[in-house]
Amino acid sequence: MDLAGMGSALIGGASIGSAAALLLLFDGRIAGVSGIAEKVFFPRKNDWLWRMLFLSGLILGAKIAFTLFSHAPIAREHFPTWLLAVAGLLVGYGTSLGGGCTSGHGVCGLGRLSFRSLVATLIFLSIGIVTTIVVRHVFGVAS
Amino acid sequence: MNRTNLGLIVSLLCGTLFGLGLAVSGMTSPAKVLNFLDFAGTWDPSLLFVLGGAVTVSVVTFHVILHRKAPALADQFHLPQKKMIDRQLVLGALLFGIGWGISGYCPGPAIAALAEPNWETWIFLPAMLLGMVMQQLRSRHQLPAE
Repeated sequence: MDLAGMGSALIGGASIGSAAALLLLFDGRIAGVSGIAEKVFFPRKNDWLWRMLFLSGLILGAKIAFTLFSHAPIAREHFPTWLLAVAGLLVGYGTSLGGGCTSGHGVCGLGRLSFRSLVATLIFLSIGIVTTIVVRHVFGVAS
Repeated sequence: MNRTNLGLIVSLLCGTLFGLGLAVSGMTSPAKVLNFLDFAGTWDPSLLFVLGGAVTVSVVTFHVILHRKAPALADQFHLPQKKMIDRQLVLGALLFGIGWGISGYCPGPAIAALAEPNWETWIFLPAMLLGMVMQQLRSRHQLPAE
């Protein structure tokens, strides 16, 4: 990692934190992406549009960044399709069951000094590390 | 313009800033995320700075914001009410960690990938949304505990 990489990581991270702070300050909402996304499919009155707008913003923001500053990631040609589908199911089911993901528990939960979120973050980070090492170095998947 | 509509515009702008942050920081690259998680190989510590930067901002600002009686454009804060460490939290975080460690995608980057989707997006994102819907349906149809 070079200095520029460290700088963009810090700036990007601070932008994520600021977005979460502004959403809480103005709308009183937690910027947890999994929580925002899952309830889109089970709409309640006056609780749908802000979710869709936030998620559209996620895509728009990434588009702006890919156009101006960086490039979109290149697809991994040799990654097994079935494994990616299984991972998607696990991420969706797990974040819904656990009530949050990297943003909800990680950024916002830790921001609120929530013990639940600290526990969740430590679990998914450590399990993520173990899983990556097993998948890459034991099963030899080119990811 | 009334408060409700202003709140909706704020939501779009916050999503945009969040998406910018994800892409600028490198979180939208699953290979980079896996390099961060891969302590046994090509460890890339830069995502530590992403999380560090984000959490530093959130800890400081949330402390101030949550001292307010209400948000600026809404009647009340919508905060999670659960306090206990329960089985759902642990099992959910565990399953999420496995899926994240396999793929390098968490929900934010998976959705932001629609900005310039590739074949991975079209497999991972529908599977993730299906997983969310399945869990919601399960919890909705489950009889109350006890």
